[in-house]
Amino acid sequence: MFAFLVKRIAATVPVLFIVAVLVFLLLRLTPGDPAAIIAGDAASPENVAKIRENLGLSKPLIVQFGIWFGNVLAGDLGESYFFKVKVAALILQRIEPTLALSFCTIVIAVLVAVPLGVLAAWRQGGWLDRALMSFSVMGFSIPVFVLAYILIWIVSLKLGWLPVQGYQRIAGGFWPFLQHLILPSVTLSVIYIALIARVTRASVQEVLSEDYIRTARAKGLPENRVLIKHALANAAVPIITVIGIGVALLIGGVVVTESVYGIPGLGRLTVDAVLARDFPTIQGVILFFSFVYVLINLLVDVSYLFFDPRIRY
Amino acid sequence: MSAPAIPADLSTSLSTEDANIVQRASVWQLLARHWGVRIGGAAMGVLVLIALAAPVLGTVDPTLFDPGSRDLLPGASGEITTLEGDSIKHQFMMGSDSFGRDIYSRVIYGTRVSLIVGLACALVSVLLGVIAGLSAGYLRWLDMPLMRVMDGIMAIPGILIAIALVALWKASLLSVIVAIAIPEIPRVTRLVRALVLSIREEPYVEAAISLGTSTFKIMFGHILPNTVAPLIVQGTYICASASLTEAILSFLGVGLPTDFPTWGNIMAEGRVQFQQFPHNVFFPGIFLAVTVLAVNILGDGLRDVLDPKMAKKV
Repeated sequence: MFAFLVKRIAATVPVLFIVAVLVFLLLRLTPGDPAAIIAGDAASPENVAKIRENLGLSKPLIVQFGIWFGNVLAGDLGESYFFKVKVAALILQRIEPTLALSFCTIVIAVLVAVPLGVLAAWRQGGWLDRALMSFSVMGFSIPVFVLAYILIWIVSLKLGWLPVQGYQRIAGGFWPFLQHLILPSVTLSVIYIALIARVTRASVQEVLSEDYIRTARAKGLPENRVLIKHALANAAVPIITVIGIGVALLIGGVVVTESVYGIPGLGRLTVDAVLARDFPTIQGVILFFSFVYVLINLLVDVSYLFFDPRIRY
Repeated sequence: MSAPAIPADLSTSLSTEDANIVQRASVWQLLARHWGVRIGGAAMGVLVLIALAAPVLGTVDPTLFDPGSRDLLPGASGEITTLEGDSIKHQFMMGSDSFGRDIYSRVIYGTRVSLIVGLACALVSVLLGVIAGLSAGYLRWLDMPLMRVMDGIMAIPGILIAIALVALWKASLLSVIVAIAIPEIPRVTRLVRALVLSIREEPYVEAAISLGTSTFKIMFGHILPNTVAPLIVQGTYICASASLTEAILSFLGVGLPTDFPTWGNIMAEGRVQFQQFPHNVFFPGIFLAVTVLAVNILGDGLRDVLDPKMAKKV
């Protein structure tokens, strides 16, 4: 098992390296001169040349990459053109809201989607099954921001139950924190629920046709134990996998949701950085999100050992 | 030595088997029978008609505005100034925005942008993905490096690639299409590569190789036709997600220029006054949701009929 862990972790290194190369190249494809952008509109050519020299932009591309990559490994993502602070510090500053939103979303999604998926698989073709499948197609199709505005309109504006937008740091009290988080998390969780419920249903359905399920029923186990201990436990691997893959969806959703609800997290930072053409920040945030995505999927792979003891690498 | 006796009933058994063969329905008949294909296809047909007939559907030029007709409620009458400077009477069926532009006209013309971006992204990413996938699956030396790059692209959340690319290039229809298509390429590549790896073991490909057929001809003449069905299904899903991504880019203010009538742009403009005029956000939102839903339903239907193996998995 230890050998597997080492091998699996080693396998993510080239992926992360390629991501770094791609993110680096992404910003070198830009037609504009970064030095001119930092210097601003009223800069003299000498000024621009000086900045270019300082940033090392006149060196060969491969040398630039080497320097940049070395800095990244040391945790230095460069300095934001716009906010004039270190990008790493900026990310740390903005991480709490995003973390809270993502965590809440995953919790809601799993708590809703897994039981629904199991029940739909249990009564295959029944009304719940059909309702869930229709909901899942709709959940994939309704844009996050459209859903966000529908919820704001009903829950916040018409009923007045929750704040329209904004964010409250957890240090400012748990209830206000939660109050500001409910609507964004529910919004974001819909597409995730659609995804997880669909896979749970398919996976549990497959397990339910196994012989040991018939045996379990035949020996008189109550149906809920059959469903949870026998069916769900054996259907866990695809479900965990899709939760990991869905993190990409979640990150895309975070960018949109934070913009709609005015949450000052990493998603908002991405959009602000893009609008300000703040390249080091764009680079840093994309690198950070990709890193998290790869790491989560690494965790998912490792968790197979726990969820399915048959898997022995 | 006598020849082995031929069973007397061989010819008759063949003919009775013949009679038992049930006429199999063609793919087109199967498609026409499937409810998802019918509903999704019909909705798509209506949207294409709306996009084509936009100028004659009671619309005005979607970029026209009139300071006197700002923030009208749906159904209100007002005036709009044409490019020549004449004021004409116009009924604002979906109201007007804070510039005094007709939201109905912008929504209707927005259908064009959404469909063009969706279809073009599907075509571009399938085309590039097929080339990459065939190369990776058939040219062994290219497989490793190419697939590692694809892994790298897949590790970056697609919407971030699209946002960054559009920010770097000047936002135009072409740059938006390419930026949205690029993150979709790896999925197509993987699909085609997997298909190629299994198809190349088939006897007919071996036969072609042994006859000295060129690699190029085997790739495009023998292998590619067998990947068409899954690719159509994949392309449909890409079309849906591309329309969605385009709207997100516009909504965030990083997509097509704001005077461009796209659903995302209309919503971005409307969100500022959402509390007073929620319809500015809801009308384009409904069109967007219905479009994506229609394409997804169509995709599920196509998958059921064309790619039954994949349909069973999900």
